[in-house]
Amino acid sequence: MAQNKSPNKEPEVKCSNEGRRDFLKQSSLYAAFAIMPAALVKAAETEMDEKTAGYFEKVSVSLEVNGRSRELLVEPRVTLLDLLREQLNMMGTKKGCDHGQCGACTVHVDGRRVLSCLSLAVMQDGKKVTTIEGLTSGDKLHPMQEAFIKFDGFQCGYCTPGQIMSGVACIIEGHANSDDEIREYMSGNLCRCGAYPNIVKAIAHVKKGGQ
Amino acid sequence: MINFEYINVSTSEAAVNALVKDTGAQWIAGGTNLVDLMKKGVMSPEKLVNINNLPFREIKKDGNILHIGALALNSEVADNELVKKEQPLLSLALKAGASQQIRNMATVGGNMMQRTRCPYFYNTDLPCNKREPGTDCGALKGYNRMHAIFGASEKCIAVHPSDMCIALVALDATVLVKGPKGERSVAFQDFHRLPGDTPQKDNTLERGELIVAIRIPDNQFKQQVHYLKIRDRTSYAFALVSVAAAINMVGDKISDARLAMGGVSHKPWRLTEAENFLKNKTASEAVFRQAADVAMRSAKSYGHNNFKLKLAPNTLVEALKAVTGKL
Repeated sequence: MAQNKSPNKEPEVKCSNEGRRDFLKQSSLYAAFAIMPAALVKAAETEMDEKTAGYFEKVSVSLEVNGRSRELLVEPRVTLLDLLREQLNMMGTKKGCDHGQCGACTVHVDGRRVLSCLSLAVMQDGKKVTTIEGLTSGDKLHPMQEAFIKFDGFQCGYCTPGQIMSGVACIIEGHANSDDEIREYMSGNLCRCGAYPNIVKAIAHVKKGGQ
Repeated sequence: MINFEYINVSTSEAAVNALVKDTGAQWIAGGTNLVDLMKKGVMSPEKLVNINNLPFREIKKDGNILHIGALALNSEVADNELVKKEQPLLSLALKAGASQQIRNMATVGGNMMQRTRCPYFYNTDLPCNKREPGTDCGALKGYNRMHAIFGASEKCIAVHPSDMCIALVALDATVLVKGPKGERSVAFQDFHRLPGDTPQKDNTLERGELIVAIRIPDNQFKQQVHYLKIRDRTSYAFALVSVAAAINMVGDKISDARLAMGGVSHKPWRLTEAENFLKNKTASEAVFRQAADVAMRSAKSYGHNNFKLKLAPNTLVEALKAVTGKL
């Protein structure tokens, strides 16, 4: 279904692979289940404004990821993080704790930084998602990425995509006016290597307009 | 995560109906606590009803009441100009909780509905009367450093985790709810409950009752407020003890006080007796210390949390010093 609807076939081919082909086969099977009368009756019974998606039924979700429209089918339990990594093969967003405690999975949804590990993909329908992959324009790094390199804002690098997404948002929100404020508003992003002083320097540098 | 059915609703009637008709259904708003609990297997609703499209996000002045829709985000409320001007204590408490990412997802209603972070509740291998009634309280004789010192029972010594709610109980907020029998208002003080013999119930809502808004009446406290949160790290940790304080002074005399404590009870713990003690007293550290003694009268600790018997009154005294400018 998604393939037929796509006005631009080329990108669809790009992200397709064995897994995706299986997924499409499966999903057309689930789509068949979806129009079974039982499901429709159930929706009418409870006077819902939308149809209930069953246990293993995949739900169609439209979202924009880094400026590109995506039509996807997901089980209700799939998180935005798993959707990005497993279905869209975008590995930039990291799975750290998977319980909303570390911030490694931070992405922007409709301009706000959120934890993708605690966001259900079905609830992001119609929203705009920006990941670390969406910060660069061509080969040019985002100033925050440049600053993390310049100030050595990481060691192992695993928390870095989340730190950078959070740092960019921190400035946009207007919460980067002092080192203390940066530390407070970056507290949702843990760095077990302990690169905190340099992360604060990098964010403060970008805030001051440094390139 | 165990799979579940899923539906979007866009009216409060449909939202209420969904829970009344379907015993396995549960609402989801920000999901910051529920999704985590579902991953841990602590909660496994058969159906999630997404209520984010309901029109309950408005923050407005309604006569002499500040009205905050239940779906307003924690970050929106914390940074809202009207909230900062009229009820700055609420803004301070919200900013002391969670991280900006979580505040960007979490709603006001969801904040009130969040479950305890007691490790026995969170670990399905351990006993917990709140998660599984009848299995006993693992924390009572177990590891209970984070646990309650006020109003606990033999069945449960868990604490309510919110910061926002500590401010709201101090500010005499009311909760507007809509359920199968229509709308009603609940005093914030009566919204959450003590564990007693039924710790599985965190609050006094009936099945199918949806939080529509919180409403805070005008007061004279304005900027003479303070939220002091003591925790294991400076930011992004739950409170060991927190104090919300709002004071009116006439000269050096306290004419009115609102005090509440977090991290110490199964519900946001209002310190009414200490408030009454402070009325018409001249502000001084000695008086604050006496008020703290009054506040601590019914306190009881369980071993690892013995330190809270000292930390709680000290936190109250420090909050009072800050709010009265007697630092």
